[in-house]
Amino acid sequence: MTKGSNAGVDRWRKFKNAFMIGLSVLSALVVIAPLFVIFGYTLSRGIGSVNLDFFIHMPKPVGETGGGMANAIVGSLMMVGIGGLIGLPIGIIAGVYLAEFGKNPFGAAVRFMSDVLSGIPSIVVGIVAYVIVVIPMKHFSGFAGSVALAILMIPTVTRTTEEMILLVPHSLREASLALGVPSWKTTIRVILPVATKGITTGVLLAIARAAGETAPLLFTALGNRFWSTSLNQPMASLTVFIYDYSKAPFTDWNNQAWAAAFVLICIVFLVNILFRLVTRSRYGIGNT
Amino acid sequence: MKRTLSIIVGLAFAMLLHDSTIAQTQLNGAGATFPYPIYSKWFDVYSKEHGVNFNYQSIGSGGGIKQVTEGTVDFGASDAFLNEDQMKEISDKQHSHILHFPTVMGAVVLTYNLPGVGSDMHMTPEVLADIYLGKITKWNDEKIASLNPSMKLPDEAILVAHRSDGSGTTNIFTNYLSKVSPEWKEKIGQGTSVNWPVGLGGKGNEGVTGVVKQSEGGFGYVEIAYAIQNHMPYCLLKNSAGKFVGPTLDALSAAAAGAAAHMPKDLRVMITNSPGAKAYPICGFTWLLIYQSPKDKKKGKEIADFLHWAFTKGQDYCNELYYGRLPKQVQQLDLKQISMIHLK
Amino acid sequence: MQTYLPRKTSEGSRQQTGGRDQLSEPPVVVFTQNGKGKARNVGDLVFKNLTLFFAAVVFSLVFLMAYEMYKGSNLSIAKFGWKFLWTSVWDPVRGDFGALPYVYGTIVSSLVALAIALPLSVGVAIFLAELSPDWLEKPVSFLVELLAAIPSIVYGIWGMFVLVPIVRSSIGPFLTKYLGFIPLFTGAPYGFSMLAAGIILAIMILPIITSISRDVMAAIPNAQREAALALGATKWETTKIVLSNAKSGIAGATLLGLGRALGETMAVTLVIGNISRISIHLLDPGYSMASVIANEFTEATSDLYLSSLIEVGLLLFGVTIILNAIARVIVWSVTKRFAS
Repeated sequence: MTKGSNAGVDRWRKFKNAFMIGLSVLSALVVIAPLFVIFGYTLSRGIGSVNLDFFIHMPKPVGETGGGMANAIVGSLMMVGIGGLIGLPIGIIAGVYLAEFGKNPFGAAVRFMSDVLSGIPSIVVGIVAYVIVVIPMKHFSGFAGSVALAILMIPTVTRTTEEMILLVPHSLREASLALGVPSWKTTIRVILPVATKGITTGVLLAIARAAGETAPLLFTALGNRFWSTSLNQPMASLTVFIYDYSKAPFTDWNNQAWAAAFVLICIVFLVNILFRLVTRSRYGIGNT
Repeated sequence: MKRTLSIIVGLAFAMLLHDSTIAQTQLNGAGATFPYPIYSKWFDVYSKEHGVNFNYQSIGSGGGIKQVTEGTVDFGASDAFLNEDQMKEISDKQHSHILHFPTVMGAVVLTYNLPGVGSDMHMTPEVLADIYLGKITKWNDEKIASLNPSMKLPDEAILVAHRSDGSGTTNIFTNYLSKVSPEWKEKIGQGTSVNWPVGLGGKGNEGVTGVVKQSEGGFGYVEIAYAIQNHMPYCLLKNSAGKFVGPTLDALSAAAAGAAAHMPKDLRVMITNSPGAKAYPICGFTWLLIYQSPKDKKKGKEIADFLHWAFTKGQDYCNELYYGRLPKQVQQLDLKQISMIHLK
Repeated sequence: MQTYLPRKTSEGSRQQTGGRDQLSEPPVVVFTQNGKGKARNVGDLVFKNLTLFFAAVVFSLVFLMAYEMYKGSNLSIAKFGWKFLWTSVWDPVRGDFGALPYVYGTIVSSLVALAIALPLSVGVAIFLAELSPDWLEKPVSFLVELLAAIPSIVYGIWGMFVLVPIVRSSIGPFLTKYLGFIPLFTGAPYGFSMLAAGIILAIMILPIITSISRDVMAAIPNAQREAALALGATKWETTKIVLSNAKSGIAGATLLGLGRALGETMAVTLVIGNISRISIHLLDPGYSMASVIANEFTEATSDLYLSSLIEVGLLLFGVTIILNAIARVIVWSVTKRFAS
């Protein structure tokens, strides 16, 4: 600290303080703005085509009214759901390993690999899933789509789980161990619940990512214009529909693409809210 | 909360295990994006009338060819016909010859964005090639102005647009350029994806349309439906007979009729720069790729029945979606080829 | 062997907080020896091996992908060798392929995205974790997370119809006029540009970096903040201390964001212009590795063509590894400086 009049130094510190606070408030505004702009844009172009038909009917060819995307909505929910059931546990448990036992060369390698995995373009994940699931099965399927989405979810969840577990104060762990609780039980019953809020962030980011992906589904689930809930058959999804319909030269289909985009965003919003409600707790870290 | 979660998980597993077989037969196909609107119309109508579901997904012609080669679909579709190597690969892998069935026709138009200049700009193949080679760079270049004396062309750069993704449209367009410009043929060549000397790449027809629509001075090639639906003007091209022709449906049929006279038996032909006074020079067929010896004979029969419908009743749906119907000669050839499918 | 009681170092209070000082400091726990859990009973053994199994699954997944990509690029590796990395010609008709413009495009667009997103994200994370009152924090957090819910194709289409015109008519001319003496900030007036791609990517990775950084900062116990305030620090100075504790967490978040930026396809390809050219100007159009794969994969007809595209994927893999490694080294050296 410089010697001199305290008043001068204090004024500078006060100014820096105000300035930095101002900057961070400004960045919050700058960050939120695109959300409203993009969502507003989607809303304005899509709201016209969102009606009851949209949710209960199958797609119709160009020029016919009353078409819908019921199969795509169900397909997206199913594939993201099954993909989550496969990928999220793998990622979370791997994250637990990294946090608890991960300070060794193998752990470092896994950590590094997980980061690299997050950088692989979704289309490459789709191609690999095609090679390992579609070709042996000899046909496209909703299951292959789920596998591709699962792979996409893993790196985010692994990373965040590890970070959050390591942030839990040692005192909690020590207290539990002092009471004679075995180490593994401590992790599951004491540490994990406290880290839940953070882990949920990772889960939600992963789900949002998977729900919005198109390329991996093109080579795995292919898409389906008819109703199907069978994982053994090609399956429709909202993203592939948005992709197909936004490419067409017909405004009728373009509008449906926007409606689908709007519905997809809303579904992910709802999942976000649901998860946060389910995992809210008064005892988590970061909740005080 | 825990209980609701376990119920949800339980339901998810139940859905997973329950394989809801669809009461109706479903056949899967994949391929070209260009005919997606009409194929989805056809399959929708056919499903209602005959109770058989054909599920078609547009993943690209190359994708269609690949899936047909791997045997993961019941049929494929492509804007470019297979070459000998590709056909051999399919015979080796799937133990079946591949039959090409042209279904509809499409026109590639040159669209532009010049506010206040008007529509129906006249364009010749030489000028077109020069623009895409980067030799003509301004709208008011003498070569363009002399073709359009009544148009006030601005002193602006031509913002050339092409496809960034591989596409049958590019294949048709570059095939045409290779036919009319020896320089193009030598320097660039023909293909679904080429090494463009100039221009911005747009993804898909809608991408090129977007680039042109957004940028003043834009110039690009797109399928006709995109230009019409976006209310964008397109050029009249000088055909091989020296006449300036627009991409009307009659002009398409004239082009196909001109080529039909020399149609090869296996129906694999490019019809760009077709002879005939009324022919529009940049158009082409799109094909369905069908296994001659299908593994599932029942599915083969369903496909054969559908094909018959497509080349007769199906053709009535073409015009409203901006596709050219097959000329009579090609229709006949198609119907005859259906009998080549081994259904026993 | 770590002791049971917290170590008393010159930063005694830090040890008790649970914050991590360095990237790989283990929790102080009985039965752990430098992060290697020693199983003392059956339950621990099962637990350790179970989690190990899943970590191994993640590890093998990456190897599986790398292997498949390597297998698929055999043809083009054999034909072009290392030349593939530094030639710029991409000619499918003649069968001549070189990936340099794509490597350049991916790296530059991702770095631009990071340069824009990182300060904003950290700023918002500070706002959410330190400055905002509870009633404001929850909705704003939620809104930031919602940015992640927008499908990438929607970003792409919005980018093409809204962002590109803005870059063309406002941002581009502005940069050229005032900062044009730096070649970086000039270029073609198309709007379709590296800069547009960088901006779109920045918006897409903002929620990732922000949400995780926010969680990391919120997890730093209040004892830290109270200690600083008790010593007379201003809010900002307190925040600086929290930040230095959260450094490695924020680094992790940034790496995830970087990963996303490197691999993003749909949004980039619709705004970057798709021209295989290397240019120092950010306003010039470019091309990225993920874009070229997405654009040409489904239509690639010849085996060499396909193989070259898969090799581009393999290259992207390589670029991701290198950038990640560099980032880790930077973080490690920075955090080392702050630990005593």
